[in-house]
Amino acid sequence: MVCQLTATELADKLRKREVSVREALDECLARIRRVDPDYSAFLHVSEEAAIVEAASAQKLIDDGEGGPLTGVPLAVKDNMCTSGLPTTCSSKILEGFVPPYDATAIAQARSAGLVIVGKTNLDEFAMGTSTENSAFFPTRNPWNPDLSPGGSSGGSAVAVAAEMTQLSLGSDTGGSIRQPASLCGIVGFKPTYGRVSRYGLIAFGSSLDQIGPFARTVEDAALMSSVLSGHDPLDSTSQKDSQIDVTGLKKGSLKGLKVALPKEFHSDSIEPGVREALDFAIDALKKEGVEFTEVSLPSIKLGVTTYYIIAPAEASSNLARFDGVRYGPRVEAGTDHIGMVSATRGRLFGHEVKLRIMVGTYALSAGYYDAYYHRAQQVRRLMADEFERTFKDFDLVMGPTSPCVAFPLDSEDLDQMALKLMDYCTIPANMGGFPSISIPCGLSNGLPVGMLLNGPVNGDERLLQTAHAIERALPHGHKRPPMP
Amino acid sequence: MMVPMSISLDEVRHVARLARLELDDAELMTFQGELNALLGHFEDIQSIDTAGLDPKPHAVALKNVWALDVPGKTLQREDALRNAPASKAGLFIVPTIIEE
Repeated sequence: MVCQLTATELADKLRKREVSVREALDECLARIRRVDPDYSAFLHVSEEAAIVEAASAQKLIDDGEGGPLTGVPLAVKDNMCTSGLPTTCSSKILEGFVPPYDATAIAQARSAGLVIVGKTNLDEFAMGTSTENSAFFPTRNPWNPDLSPGGSSGGSAVAVAAEMTQLSLGSDTGGSIRQPASLCGIVGFKPTYGRVSRYGLIAFGSSLDQIGPFARTVEDAALMSSVLSGHDPLDSTSQKDSQIDVTGLKKGSLKGLKVALPKEFHSDSIEPGVREALDFAIDALKKEGVEFTEVSLPSIKLGVTTYYIIAPAEASSNLARFDGVRYGPRVEAGTDHIGMVSATRGRLFGHEVKLRIMVGTYALSAGYYDAYYHRAQQVRRLMADEFERTFKDFDLVMGPTSPCVAFPLDSEDLDQMALKLMDYCTIPANMGGFPSISIPCGLSNGLPVGMLLNGPVNGDERLLQTAHAIERALPHGHKRPPMP
Repeated sequence: MMVPMSISLDEVRHVARLARLELDDAELMTFQGELNALLGHFEDIQSIDTAGLDPKPHAVALKNVWALDVPGKTLQREDALRNAPASKAGLFIVPTIIEE
């Protein structure tokens, strides 16, 4: 059974010719056909293009030119431009859009021989934490289809958790890779800002957005990050020498590892079951020689506010490009240009997207700029400085990824504000730009709990190495959902 | 600086116009409620002493990113126009902006 293998195991079988790329792809497509009607992870399955890519990948392997992931199927969040494949951001305003070019991350995945099998569902323009803000349909959690997979990269998380693909790509602006990874019981990694090119990632919050992988193991996530990373002249925020080197991945040691536990992560809002699972994992790591110290990082409490000013402000500017002129449908209204643009945007953007555009426009408007945007950027400095100081004394800053396990779809107890407040553990890494990974650490009431590990800016290699060692030391790590 | 305790319906209408969002009266009222709820949550950063803190506009600051001024590969015109809702003679078509 190909689908249950890790990416590393599958790539190994492909290299040894125990399985052909086409056979692996066919099993993957069959699994999508069989289980995706229950979960709705995919917006678009690109079977024909994938068959062509599988043949090219097979040729790479046959010619001895394959890399560590050549021939492995890949699912892609539908906010990354894929040449020839629809890209909608789960929005009606991009319905029918077929990009004429590949995002750099996609181009790099293709040239490494990964086979793109389809585009996955998300909260519209990546704005949300449940994947319910998709304009098309919600995605369901394989641990229980009545529950949300988290978001915004819910489709990509479910593709991997439900064993439809070994790997998938997400984007993370405030936790959109790590939170769904946590709620679906898999690994989700947000690299340091600037290590993976954002060229062709449809921008939400440009100073926060980062592409990263979902996988079932840290090793798979590390290999995928290595493929995605590297300097890109097409993204002026891309760092030089940004390739993530994973050659030392398995050399991590836990003995003497210094871990900070901010008490602000362990606030009253954390569910008792999440707390218990995390404490259990912490005890197991103490036995391996990890040293834990409780610290206080008070700015964590200001993260949600700061994020909900900065991200909408950037979004209100970025989403100005959707005007019914160059791409997407147009709503004809009135006779003038502004009438057409306003009708197109007013009728084709979903409610949450319009709300964030309104918040951002207001926060940037004359008279309020200093009180909101300027001040939020000062608080962002405060947060980044606090974490930077902590990383001088500690190897990692650890906490829960999400204060709760997967929650019901259409929950009446959770309004949009409650959903927004869930991001407080993941937001600091976007504010400070540092790398952050969620790994499964146990179950609470039969649902996965994620452990969040943060490292210093450009400490991606060390963070992955440590996460790999921690993954191996945890008694209750990755588990399969109870699914067909 | 003082921040407003609440935002009026006229201000919501003004912001929607700035953002080029056509909203009907019911939507404007919904957004008024939601914006006021969010602004209420934003009050926690108003009491923070931010004196002397440099704003941090980016996650990882870079300086002087240069690109050589040489022609590169670009999209062909027909590829750039392919997704447009209206195009003609190699151009995007929009409603009249300036009357003759």
